[in-house]
Amino acid sequence: MARFVLRRAVGSVVLVVVAVSLAYLLAATALHPRANFEGRSPRPPERVIDARLTELNLNDRTPLPDRYAVWVTGLLRGDLGRDFDGDPVAGELGRRIWVSLRLLLIGTVLGGVLGVALGACSAVRQYRLSDRLITLASFVVLAVPVFVLAVLLQMGAQKVNDATGTRIFQWAGQDGLSHLVLPTVTIVLAQVAVYSRYQRSMMLDVLSADFVRTARAKGLRRGTALRRHALRTAVIPMTTYFAYNLGLLLLGAVFIEKIFGWHGMGEWLIDSIGRGDVNAVAAFDLFAAGLVLVAGLLADLAQAALDPRVRVSR
Amino acid sequence: MIPSRGSAVARRMVRDRSGVSGFALLALLFLLAFAGPLFTRWSWADTDFTAFRDPPSAAHWLGTTPSGRDVYALTVRGLQKSLLIGLTVATVSTGLAAVVGAFAGYLGGRTDRILMALVDLFLVLPAFLVIAVLSQSARGHGTLLLVVLLAGFLWMVTARVVRGMTRSLRGREYVLAARFMGVSAPRIVFRHLLPNLASLLIIDATLNVSAAIIAESALSYFGFGVQPPDSSLGTVIAAGSGAATTAPWLFVPAASLLVCVVLAVNLAGDGLRDALDAS
Repeated sequence: MARFVLRRAVGSVVLVVVAVSLAYLLAATALHPRANFEGRSPRPPERVIDARLTELNLNDRTPLPDRYAVWVTGLLRGDLGRDFDGDPVAGELGRRIWVSLRLLLIGTVLGGVLGVALGACSAVRQYRLSDRLITLASFVVLAVPVFVLAVLLQMGAQKVNDATGTRIFQWAGQDGLSHLVLPTVTIVLAQVAVYSRYQRSMMLDVLSADFVRTARAKGLRRGTALRRHALRTAVIPMTTYFAYNLGLLLLGAVFIEKIFGWHGMGEWLIDSIGRGDVNAVAAFDLFAAGLVLVAGLLADLAQAALDPRVRVSR
Repeated sequence: MIPSRGSAVARRMVRDRSGVSGFALLALLFLLAFAGPLFTRWSWADTDFTAFRDPPSAAHWLGTTPSGRDVYALTVRGLQKSLLIGLTVATVSTGLAAVVGAFAGYLGGRTDRILMALVDLFLVLPAFLVIAVLSQSARGHGTLLLVVLLAGFLWMVTARVVRGMTRSLRGREYVLAARFMGVSAPRIVFRHLLPNLASLLIIDATLNVSAAIIAESALSYFGFGVQPPDSSLGTVIAAGSGAATTAPWLFVPAASLLVCVVLAVNLAGDGLRDALDAS
């Protein structure tokens, strides 16, 4: 088991290194921080611009391998470089990371649990009214992109606020519990729709399997047989979807942050791309790649814990 | 008489109500996208200097934007663009996935390892970041670049699935027979393996259509996709979403069309899946 985890971890680290390096090289080639000076008046002399850009390791006249080498040596010392204003990227990352993680963690956990529960219920009552309603609802929600869903919820909340004459729902801001409601509901709804669809079809495959019938035949109650035998087996493939899905979720969070005015990682990414802030873009990619790979590792561990076959075959 | 596979699939398809309604809705949307502009005297590029941010009226069916452009014309133009992008991206990415997956699975060995490493690499790269950064540096190259970029990030998972299925087909008699007759590998892939995966590929392509349309509008929403003054559903929604509570006509039509398109494609895809996959 330990060797399996170790091998996975080493492979993951290699992938992170490759992905982040590629992202840095791409951002460093394609983004033009120099353009930020073009609009300034009076335009600083060329020499000053060059000196400033070199100081920040953003100068496009320095050869790319040199800039990359400076960035990597900094990274090895735990230094993520500085953004365009000269502030350390690591500090900004530290400030913003929890804003995003709060949204992502609540969204994943709540969305995953609710989605699995709804999907399983729906499969057990296949073709009954509740199954049809759940299927229809998740089908519709699946067709609504996150940024439309967020705005629709905002419109609905506005109606509720107007009708009751209160400010039950609030947005634009990230302090306090009431600000957390709408963004979280957005992300949870989107997640529930995805997971319940997967879980329903997984559960349907399992329900007709022999071992569920055996469990019933040996005298287990229906609920116990469904929970302990059917659901446990049907959850196993979900762990893989969970890992793949986190990347998409991160993207969804970018929209949610932007629409609800959260100053998280997503907003930072968009602004940094606009400003040509190469170091900040690379730092975001480090965060994203790390997150996806940690999720992948967790998914593998969960799979090994749930499925004895995985443990034996490694 | 035994019915042919084609007619059997068609019969199952017709019997599936939600699948048929998906296709019908899709046909209607296409009609709206391409015949819709004929019914209004405003074109998406026009500006009406007498109507800024007007609510829907007889002159402007869906009102106007704050800069005086006709929302109906913009939305229909956006629908056109989104549908075209969705279809081309889906075709390209499914084709790519089929070729890469089938060659990796059939040839195995080093080709397989290299191609699968490539798949892993693309999976780790944050697609949104790459597309946003590249489209930022290549403004004005139009939609073609966007299509290539979107397709470039949709193929990986399908390629994996195709590879897995190809590996199980590799040992079948008809493949072995072809190989021992001296048929070349590319020919085996295109004539024997891929046709046997057709149902999977068709389903995947329909799912990719909706994925591509959502991705395109998401990128356009942030200004990384279709560039103004041209319009896509994403740009219309982005422009309208800020004022959605005070001027809903700027947001609701485009948003509901987008939802309809994705819903129709998903329904059609599900119907196709059930019809092609009789189990």
